[in-house]
Amino acid sequence: MYKILKAEFIAPNVKSFIIEAPHIAKKRQAGQFIILRVHEKGERIPITIADSSPEEGWINIIVQGLGKTSAHLNTLESGDHLQDLVGPLGLPTHIENWGTLVCISGGVGTAESLPIAAAGKAAGNRVISIIGARHKDLLIAESQMAEVVDEVRISTDDGSAGRHGLVTDVLQDLMDEGVKPDMIVAIGPLPMMAAVSNQTKAIGIPTMVSLNAIMVDGTGMCGACRATVGGKTVFVCVEGPEFDGHQVDFKELGMRQKMYKKQEEESHKCFLEKQMRKIKAEQVAEEV
Amino acid sequence: MKREQPQSFNTISVKERLIIPRQVMPEQDPLLRSGNFLEVNLGLSAEQAVIEAQRCIECKSPSCMDGCPVSIKIPDFIQLICNKDFLGAADKIKEDSSLPAVCGRVCPQETQCEEVCVVGKRFEPVAIGRLERFVADYAMLHSNGSPVTPDKPQPSGQKVAIVGSGPAGLAAASDLIKEGHEVTVFEALHEFGGVLVYGIPEFRLPKKILRQEVANLEAMGVKFVKNFIVGRSMTIQELMEEEGYDAMFLGLGAGLPRFMNIPGENLNGVYSANEFLTRSNLMRAYEFPEWDTPLYRAKHAIIVGGGNTAMDAVRTAKRLGAEEASIVYRRSEEEMPARNEEIHHAKEEGVKFMNLVNPIEFIGDEQGSVVAAKCLRMKLGEPDESGRRRPVPMEGSEFTMDIDMVVIAVGNGSNPLISQTTPAIKTNKWGNIIADEDGRTSMEGVFAGGDIVSGGATVILAMGAGRKSAIAINEYLKTKVWSVV
Ligand SMILES: Cc1cc2nc3c(=O)[nH]c(=O)nc-3n(C[C@H](O)[C@H](O)[C@H](O)COP(=O)(O)OP(=O)(O)OC[C@H]3O[C@@H](n4cnc5c(N)ncnc54)[C@H](O)[C@@H]3O)c2cc1C
Ligand SMILES: Cc1cc2nc3c(=O)[nH]c(=O)nc-3n(C[C@H](O)[C@H](O)[C@H](O)COP(=O)(O)OP(=O)(O)OC[C@H]3O[C@@H](n4cnc5c(N)ncnc54)[C@H](O)[C@@H]3O)c2cc1C
Ligand code: SF4
Ligand code: SF4
Ligand code: FES
Repeated sequence: MYKILKAEFIAPNVKSFIIEAPHIAKKRQAGQFIILRVHEKGERIPITIADSSPEEGWINIIVQGLGKTSAHLNTLESGDHLQDLVGPLGLPTHIENWGTLVCISGGVGTAESLPIAAAGKAAGNRVISIIGARHKDLLIAESQMAEVVDEVRISTDDGSAGRHGLVTDVLQDLMDEGVKPDMIVAIGPLPMMAAVSNQTKAIGIPTMVSLNAIMVDGTGMCGACRATVGGKTVFVCVEGPEFDGHQVDFKELGMRQKMYKKQEEESHKCFLEKQMRKIKAEQVAEEV
Repeated sequence: MKREQPQSFNTISVKERLIIPRQVMPEQDPLLRSGNFLEVNLGLSAEQAVIEAQRCIECKSPSCMDGCPVSIKIPDFIQLICNKDFLGAADKIKEDSSLPAVCGRVCPQETQCEEVCVVGKRFEPVAIGRLERFVADYAMLHSNGSPVTPDKPQPSGQKVAIVGSGPAGLAAASDLIKEGHEVTVFEALHEFGGVLVYGIPEFRLPKKILRQEVANLEAMGVKFVKNFIVGRSMTIQELMEEEGYDAMFLGLGAGLPRFMNIPGENLNGVYSANEFLTRSNLMRAYEFPEWDTPLYRAKHAIIVGGGNTAMDAVRTAKRLGAEEASIVYRRSEEEMPARNEEIHHAKEEGVKFMNLVNPIEFIGDEQGSVVAAKCLRMKLGEPDESGRRRPVPMEGSEFTMDIDMVVIAVGNGSNPLISQTTPAIKTNKWGNIIADEDGRTSMEGVFAGGDIVSGGATVILAMGAGRKSAIAINEYLKTKVWSVV
């Protein structure tokens, strides 16, 4: 069992956890992830390690409640325990001094790109962060990002903060202003990563994306996480999660992510109903 | 181990023994069991076991023992069954095997001990596997769950790490703890047992058997660490240098699924056998949504391959509700590597066999889900390196069938994680770790055995390799002499 030391919502439906895991904290590098199970009958889900303290023996993960497992996870509080936790998994991000590094992120992807932006800065790059969200309330980690990079730019779909538009628009603005990115790291929802890769492929800027394939073991044993990169099948959990965005078959990955859509909805509904019953029962108990 | 002539407890003449029919093991009705995940075989009763034991004619030089990869003293334990000393029989088996309840269930007996049983030359062979299973189950039930712990050995002050909790790792741990070493088993997954928990289904090998074995080892002092991937959580060097392990045994298994490299293999609904079985067994997807992990429930599933893995997958698909579940195999039934019993059981459960057929492409719909398989019919040509006749495609035989799930069960390669993170450990061109007879690898103090060395093989061979390495590890810990591989 793995103890949750701290848990707090940092945006609607997005929760940040500090978890006791000294072994993992000591080993992990930027870009690596863990696989966890919330409870005895739970599924295994991959989550990026956003931060860690080797001295204090904890890791930080940031979770968006999407379906059953992430929603369940986000009901946990400090003092609760996770059933299982394994890591660090995946290959660390390859970092070098490229010159100008632009980190583009959306949703919880911003938390995932934080350690990469920090490592990029430490390697001597000029780092610019572009953060996108649908609405300003959904922005996360922009202040932490501002602490580690040279410049943060924000875009929202509805114009409630930063530039009204998409992250790709901000990237275009930057280049129109004369910035020449030497390397781009895009992490976030698949359509966003696909759009950025599409944009940068045309102009020849190397672009790295972090693929969130569905996983089971995370050790290369099952092949659930396979994706097509450069016409070849890769296992994202051991060969990734980061790949050359210009080579990724995003359409296939998008379809593979929806593989269990129907069952996931059923499972999520079951969970919500159970939660409702629990809340009702508590209310009844209070009234009595 | 040297074997003394056993005492005979059989009072029946040889002639009479030969006319006793081989005892039939009761099993769940096929119609019933193809809808549940409970164990198919129900085991012999004590009366049946004694009758079956009486069929053994106590050969002076028992060929059955040569057929068993770990040379279990078969006639000796069988005589103890004749004498109704079932616990004694279990102890006798335990001298050579650490997992009799498992091997009695899953060994391919018909090509090992029972194939060469003398009685089998003219009649049906003595049911050695079923007897082994019977005494192992009996012992588990009647030792109140607590193992017969021999007196705690004198601590040796040495630390051994076992990586992987499959049959190879468990067997090595069992032998090493008896020598007084501090033994820790590291496992990547959240349950212990390797393929025995994530691959082989509950209906063939109930998980509680493995839990019991692990509990027994724990009671003897073995430490078990789950969720720990050697190579990622810590490397081999770190374990030896920082954590002070004096020796290591790698029982990593052959955990890398092979695909066919044909178009459409990444469509939704196309699984490796490892994923399909892991979701079902380890993650209990068959109890979804009570358990959280989802799995396709197909109408028409095809499983590509002809080994035990393919049989396990096809029978699982059937149990998950498939109207039609078919084996697609490129050779004929004669060449199938699966155990006879599995093929027989699969047929009884309504599994279809499409032999001499090979898929060449999977076709998907707009959502990316598999809807059809394009196949070729095959015929058998000249024998290949494996001695089996090589399948060759028949011209103009292409046909397409509607399906909604595929499981690829064409074998496993070696997981490259350890060799990538520890270059000092040499591997061959298939990625298997190179080790000598006793499991010594190219890195001092590190031994390996089981599927990671041999390539996908059997439980009993993996167990045997674990035991052999345990002897060599002991020797190494005493002398610290290392002979280079
Ligand atoms: C390497 C890696 C790192 C990740 N890091 C993080 C992280 O730091 N924080 C975080 O919140 N999430 C992260 N994810 C995604 C996270 O694993 C999924 O959100 C989670 O598995 C969803 O499980 P669920 O049961 O809650 O939702 P489900 O019910 O399984 O899915 C809900 C919806 O999300 C989609 N979905 C399913 N699986 C994934 C997936 N793997 N990635 C994205 N969408 C998916 C489905 O299509 C479905 O519509 C990461 C994924 C990977 C592969
Ligand atoms: C579906 C299926 C059915 C089978 N049926 C039969 C049968 O009927 N009869 C028979 O005799 N044989 C059968 N086999 C073969 C048999 O199961 C294997 O030969 C045997 O399990 C190999 O044992 P092992 O100990 O070498 O490895 P495994 O059983 O594969 O165990 C290896 C363990 O090591 C762990 N591991 C790997 N890498 C690491 C790491 N870096 N750090 C920590 N842990 C790690 C894995 O998670 C796994 O738990 C079957 C195999 C399969 C897949
Ligand atoms: S271990 Fe396997 S081969 Fe050996 S006697 Fe038992 S069933 Fe036969
Ligand atoms: S070969 Fe058959 S009959 Fe002979 S000892 Fe072995 S089991 Fe008994
Ligand atoms: S998650 Fe199983 S191989 Fe990647």
